[in-house]
Amino acid sequence: MSFTPTTEYLVPKLKLETLLAILGRGVRLNGRRLDEYRPISIITDYIPNADGSALVKLGNTQVLVGIKLEVGTPYPDTPNDGNLIINAEFMPTASPIFEPGPPDENAIELARVIDRGIRESRAVDLSKLALIPGKRVWNLWVDIYVLDHDGNLIDASSMGVLAALSTTKVPKAEIKENNEVVIDKTVRTSQLSINKYVTTVTVAKIGEHLLVDPDLEEESLMDAKLIVSVTDDGLIAGLQKSGPGYFTEEELMKAISIGLNKGKELIDIIKGSVQASPQVV
Amino acid sequence: MSKGKVKLIDNGLRHDGRKLDELRTIKMEVGILKSANGSALVEYGKTKVIAAVYGPREPQMKFMALPNRATIRCRYHMASFSTHERKSPAPTRREIELSKVIREALEPVILSELYPRTSIDIFIEVINADGGTRTASITAASLALADAGIPMKDLVASVAVGKVDGYLVLDIDEIEDMYGSADMPVAMAPALGRITLLQLNGVLTSEEFIQALNLAKAGIKQIYEIQKETLKRKYLTVKVED
Amino acid sequence: MSFTLFIQNREIVTPGQLLGEGKLTVATPVTIYSIDGKFFSAVVGLVNIENEKISVIPLEGYYYPKVGDVVIGVISSIGITSWEVDIRAPYPALLYASDFLNRPLNPGRDMISDYLNIGDVVLAKVEVVGRGRAPILTTKGKGFGKVSKGYLIEINPAKVPRVIGKKGSMLQLLIAECKCEITVTQNGRILVDNCPNKDLEEIVILAIRKIEREAHIPGLTDRVKEFIIKEKVRRGLLS
Repeated sequence: MSFTPTTEYLVPKLKLETLLAILGRGVRLNGRRLDEYRPISIITDYIPNADGSALVKLGNTQVLVGIKLEVGTPYPDTPNDGNLIINAEFMPTASPIFEPGPPDENAIELARVIDRGIRESRAVDLSKLALIPGKRVWNLWVDIYVLDHDGNLIDASSMGVLAALSTTKVPKAEIKENNEVVIDKTVRTSQLSINKYVTTVTVAKIGEHLLVDPDLEEESLMDAKLIVSVTDDGLIAGLQKSGPGYFTEEELMKAISIGLNKGKELIDIIKGSVQASPQVV
Repeated sequence: MSKGKVKLIDNGLRHDGRKLDELRTIKMEVGILKSANGSALVEYGKTKVIAAVYGPREPQMKFMALPNRATIRCRYHMASFSTHERKSPAPTRREIELSKVIREALEPVILSELYPRTSIDIFIEVINADGGTRTASITAASLALADAGIPMKDLVASVAVGKVDGYLVLDIDEIEDMYGSADMPVAMAPALGRITLLQLNGVLTSEEFIQALNLAKAGIKQIYEIQKETLKRKYLTVKVED
Repeated sequence: MSFTLFIQNREIVTPGQLLGEGKLTVATPVTIYSIDGKFFSAVVGLVNIENEKISVIPLEGYYYPKVGDVVIGVISSIGITSWEVDIRAPYPALLYASDFLNRPLNPGRDMISDYLNIGDVVLAKVEVVGRGRAPILTTKGKGFGKVSKGYLIEINPAKVPRVIGKKGSMLQLLIAECKCEITVTQNGRILVDNCPNKDLEEIVILAIRKIEREAHIPGLTDRVKEFIIKEKVRRGLLS
């Protein structure tokens, strides 16, 4: 059951009026331009026990992504592909409004939108993750932990997921009799195979203004947002309107074009962060 | 079978004989449930969806009440027998996400500020799934809201456009969704030109996106006309008794 | 006055339908909304244009109390100093015992369930309506208070104006033809009492049901009149 959020921050009316006036002049309360992201830092290989990981800071928003490879059985419709499972947890550390418990609709939506972007653009080559075709494949568990919530969790998470995947090192797997697979995580045999880079770009609508990377204050004032998944070859790999408001057709076209432009920038930042990671050759 | 091996478009016609820009046979009826304040049955081909609306009423749980507007609650649910293989009745992640985006597709039209501290509850049951269940759900829910007499700015009509065998096609069914390379559900409040739901599962170029949106708009316009006609029909067909 | 109308009088409209543009006077602000000088219907309803005022009368819906409305309520819960009363609105209304008894209440001595118990029916007036709070009822005034006899009909509250008719014409017709006491309240509850006989009571009830069903079809008053005459003939009350 989904219901109108009741835990939203109380917004003073005066604040919205101030914000709309200032947005009309092309600036934001936080001093950024409408198309400007907060400073982004991505640290890969942050969790030694994970097979791939990244800590992303997007302004004050912090997201940790950890990847685990385990042996699993394939789905009947994709017998020769590994399984990609993306999950998001909004930790109670991250916000006074987050409660411990199973992922809520916002966490589920975030994970599924990122999942669709990666799956549909075939960013990860899942066909390289078969161990015994039809019987044993790698399960690629992607867990997103939101540590600190200052808005735009999805872009931080999506950059973190790509950075973590790109730095994931596949452990040694030995195939025994009876479809048994023995894993030795002390030895890494290859990098996880990445076909493409993809990330989300979030464009928020406040009044008639469109702006990227909304912070928490802006999110509390926005009507709706459009999440655009963008690939490094300039394709739209997913869209999601999220939030209770609407977009006109004109706004939609503008938001998508902003998404495609900013996507390139974000992907360059992800690629830069990955270069620091040691490679298994 | 891998994607793209099955030929779904032949000579400009689809596997069920439809043209690329043709909707399935669409049927709608309102007032199908006596207990609900408003209800509707919507069929897009073999996809069948029931929507019921209760409220505005006292919220089931006090914490849900909002001081300045009604709370909208929405549940999208698939009946266990609606799919080829039995679906567990427990809510899946997909259903949780769809409940949210469907609620957010309807929120922009409901005049919820008229009814503070109340709850407007929308219950959607997919009773047969053959693709397009979320779009049929939105169309049905907006009819059920109107049937409940809840003031709203506009009806919301919805349809999906897909990319199949390289062609953009309107109102994709399950097979087209399974073998196609993109699925883009769109919902609109047509009188106001507002897009209230947009999702894309798949890859499109910018040009393809524009074409897909135009195709969706054309389909939405037809569905909207059927919605209006359905709401009026309920009253026009009451016979004068002699 | 400069305005354009895009609909006919008595037309059925749907949410989002453009009604008119310009300097229109709206009589029903809940069922009509405007954006940039354009007026749209917010409900499935019947358009009524009278004296340059436009209204949309909903064909479905709840009862929303307004101050001054006369309502028939059913006691749904009993508190220490007040009753909760179901008036078919999204929220129950409150009736204070001191108001009903017309004297201060002594909670130590008075058991208010001795006066009104669950399921009892009251005729009351809406005294206070607040945003998002329970409406408060009063039974002060002649004729208000507990209702202990008569036949109670519930109709869709949206159809109440049709049972009353223009300037009370429909209600007058029913009373004149059947000689019953008929109390029509804004929340869609109708009390029929003191009919000369059972046949006339039944005819009134059937006629009210017919009005509810055919509320939106023009020529209603004439059809109801015909219906009553036919029923009377059938029952041998008229020849």
